[in-house]
This record gives sequence, C-alpha cells and structure tokens, in this order.
Amino acid sequence: MAPARDRRTGFSRRRQYSVFLGYVLAVAGAVVGLVLLVASTFNPPAFSALRMGVAGVTTPVSTGFAAVGSSISGIPGAIGNYFFVKQENVALRADRARTRALLMRARTIAYDNRRLRNLLAIRERSPEPVVTARLVSSSASSGRRYALLNAGRWSGVKPGMPVRGPDGLIGRVVETGPNAARVLLLSDGDSIVPVRRTRDGLPAIAAGRGDGMIDIRSVNATNVRFNAGDIFVTTGTGGIYGPGVPVARVTKAGSDSVMARTFADPDTLDFALVEKVFMPVPPPRPIAPQ
Amino acid sequence: MSRPRVVDSVDYKPFETKLPASRARAIPWATVMAGSLVTIIPVVATIPLLPPFGFVMLLAWRLLARFAFRPWAAAPLGFFDDLVSGQPLGSAVLMWSLAFVAIDMLEQRLAFRDYWQDWLIASGLIAACILGGRFIAVPVGAHVDTVLIAQIVVTMLCFPLAARIVAFIQNKRGGE
Repeated sequence: MAPARDRRTGFSRRRQYSVFLGYVLAVAGAVVGLVLLVASTFNPPAFSALRMGVAGVTTPVSTGFAAVGSSISGIPGAIGNYFFVKQENVALRADRARTRALLMRARTIAYDNRRLRNLLAIRERSPEPVVTARLVSSSASSGRRYALLNAGRWSGVKPGMPVRGPDGLIGRVVETGPNAARVLLLSDGDSIVPVRRTRDGLPAIAAGRGDGMIDIRSVNATNVRFNAGDIFVTTGTGGIYGPGVPVARVTKAGSDSVMARTFADPDTLDFALVEKVFMPVPPPRPIAPQ
Repeated sequence: MSRPRVVDSVDYKPFETKLPASRARAIPWATVMAGSLVTIIPVVATIPLLPPFGFVMLLAWRLLARFAFRPWAAAPLGFFDDLVSGQPLGSAVLMWSLAFVAIDMLEQRLAFRDYWQDWLIASGLIAACILGGRFIAVPVGAHVDTVLIAQIVVTMLCFPLAARIVAFIQNKRGGE
C-alpha cells in the first residue's frame, strides 16, 4: 500500500490545526481510558448503570437467538425420539421398577428427618425463590466469567442473590438492569464459595480458576486428602448461599488444593433459579446518642 | 439479467460517489460495533475462546483503509466494546487507543506495506491487546493462559476474514 502523506497539510491553517487536534484527541482517548480503568478498578459497580442499560437492549436479542437456536438444534433430537421411543419406554419402565424401593426408603428417611428436626426445634430458613429465568449470553471474549440472565429489577432480582440451576449452584448476581442481570459464574477468578464435603462435613473453599474449573482448598487443616469423586455442597456460611446446594465434584485426587468440576453446566442454557439472599446482613444499628 | 454497461455513454460517471458521505462514514463504525456485539450470541462459555471481533475489524479498517476512521475513533469504539464485553470499563478504550498510536508510529517507519505485513502488524497488536486485557481483568494467578494462547491464535486467524469484509465494503462505498 502506498504511504498516505496526510501529515503534509500544506498551507491551510485550518487543515493543519484539524490534523493536529485529531492526534491530540487520539492520545487524550488513551488517557481517558486509563482514568476510566482506574475508576472501575477501585469502584467496580461505578458504571453498572451504563453496562446494564446496554445489556437491557442486547438481552432480548440474545433470548430470541437462543429460542431460534434451540428449536433448530432440537430437530435431530426430535427425529431420534420418534424412532427410539419404544426402546426408551422399556428402559424407563425397568428404571422405575429398580428405583421404586429406593424411593420408598428415601420417603421414609425424609419423614423421619422432618420429625426429628421438629423434635429438635431447629429454626430452619428455607431459601425462597425469586424468579426462574434463562442465562442467555456471556462474556465469551473476556477472561472474566460473567453470564447475562434475562430477568432483572422488574422481576425482583437484586445484586448479591444466589443463582442455581437444576443440578447445582451457578453463581450470584452482581449487577442488575431493568430486564437483565449479570451473574458472576462459579468459575470466575473472583468467585469464592464456602463449601463442605458431603461425606464428612470437611470445610473447604471453592474458588474459581478462570478456565471453567474450580479449585477446592481446605481451610482449617493442612495435609488434607481429597479423593476423586468427593462431592462438595454449600455450607450456608457467609449468608449468601443457602446450605446444601451441590457445588462441585473433585476430578483428580490430591491434597490441600485440587481441581473440581461444577455440577451446574452453565453452557447448556438451561433454566436458572434466582433465590433470595439466604441470611441478609442486618441493617446497621442506629448509634445511640451520647 | 443485468444490462451490459455502456462505458462511452452519459451513464458513465467515474467520479460519482457510490454512497452519501454520511452513510459512507457511518459504515465503518457500524461494522466495528457489530463486531463487538459478537458477545450477544447465546452461548454461555466456560472458557474465553471467542475472538474480540470488534478489535479485529478496527485493525482491518485502520490498516487497509487508512482514512475510514479519524485518529481519535478508537476511544469511543473501545468504550462501546467495554460495555458489552465484560472487561472492566476503560480497558478497551486504553488498549485500542494505544493500538492506533502504535500503528501511526509504525506507519512512519514502514511506509510501503503489503498484506502480509499488515497481517503481521495486526497479529502483534492482537496479542498485545488480549494479553493486556488479561492482566487488567484477571488476577495474575488465574489459570487462563493456555486458553488465552488459543484465543490469540484464533483471533489472528480472523484477520483475513475481517480484511475481506473491509475490502468488500470499501468496494461498495467507493474507496477514498
């Protein structure tokens, strides 16, 4: 490509000044970017209104795309179902017969559990659902792991609320717009969830790695052994997430800090349930006059 | 079937602009913003593998059609990209502005360039921008580096596509 000699502006003062001003503005743009970056580093929710305003426009578009995409990608599955429905029926009947005994036992145990809890008079807080919505898009080009939920302030979603899928915990809401909310996924580097092992109640911390997996770290003991297949659920400590929500399963054995895979698979675009904050921080007590 | 073009008639207006000036000026902005909006596709990704297509479009315009953008255009376009990308606000404003300044400085040294050199410059800037964005957004200890290298390679390979799009539009809007 031939060079563009646009800097030789000739004798026109107006043109000289406008070219010069263009470059001044270009450098000023970088400076403004630096200032914005510092501002958003020290005060992350500073520009959430702007971001969520844009998200409020893009979220319905993503929702529409998702509906179209899922109906198209559902066609092969529907054809397969049509031909294999008989085999599936047989398999399901067999499965039902196998699990009936288990179900009866579980019901008995659940009844016993309820009765014993009543006996102990435990004050139980059950998580209250706010809204059921879908995750429609995500920050797929950035190192941060955010997803957009297609429900927002109009549906009662507020920052800090936990979001769970049918299989387990997904993350929590960080910013809300009128009809969209930004969810910090478990796999983000900034996400930390207190968990415990289902087998023996060993407390641990589930911290996001940024690459889709999470790290399980032991908190109060050293040289803790984790086995592959260990299952971790939330403890309820911290007050955001209710206790007993499945979080992750350890993929490889190790000690002190191991990799784990989350139960909830956010990329299936399944339903997500937003729940109320499990135990909100009480408002500060008014200071008594001296 | 279209009518054969009669060159030596009054229909032939070689200096006529093909698009009104305002629209011809708006199209590059629209394409870069559309590239930034690639994040609205309905995929909830667990790894950051989607190329930042807005930046690739911006580089293609800047390198192949020098006058499509004013020198200051990188900052407002970067601002829009920050709003939809999930990076902390200001990271693309900074990185894209610096990329424009870097291209300006390279252009003084490397006056006559061919396509491969453009691609090389774009690749360098893409790698710098993605790495810069990673250190701005994600803590240093996060395990995103392998994925990041894959993302950089994918983004570099997107440049020819962006160059094709730019060349196509530039043909339509009647170059400068």
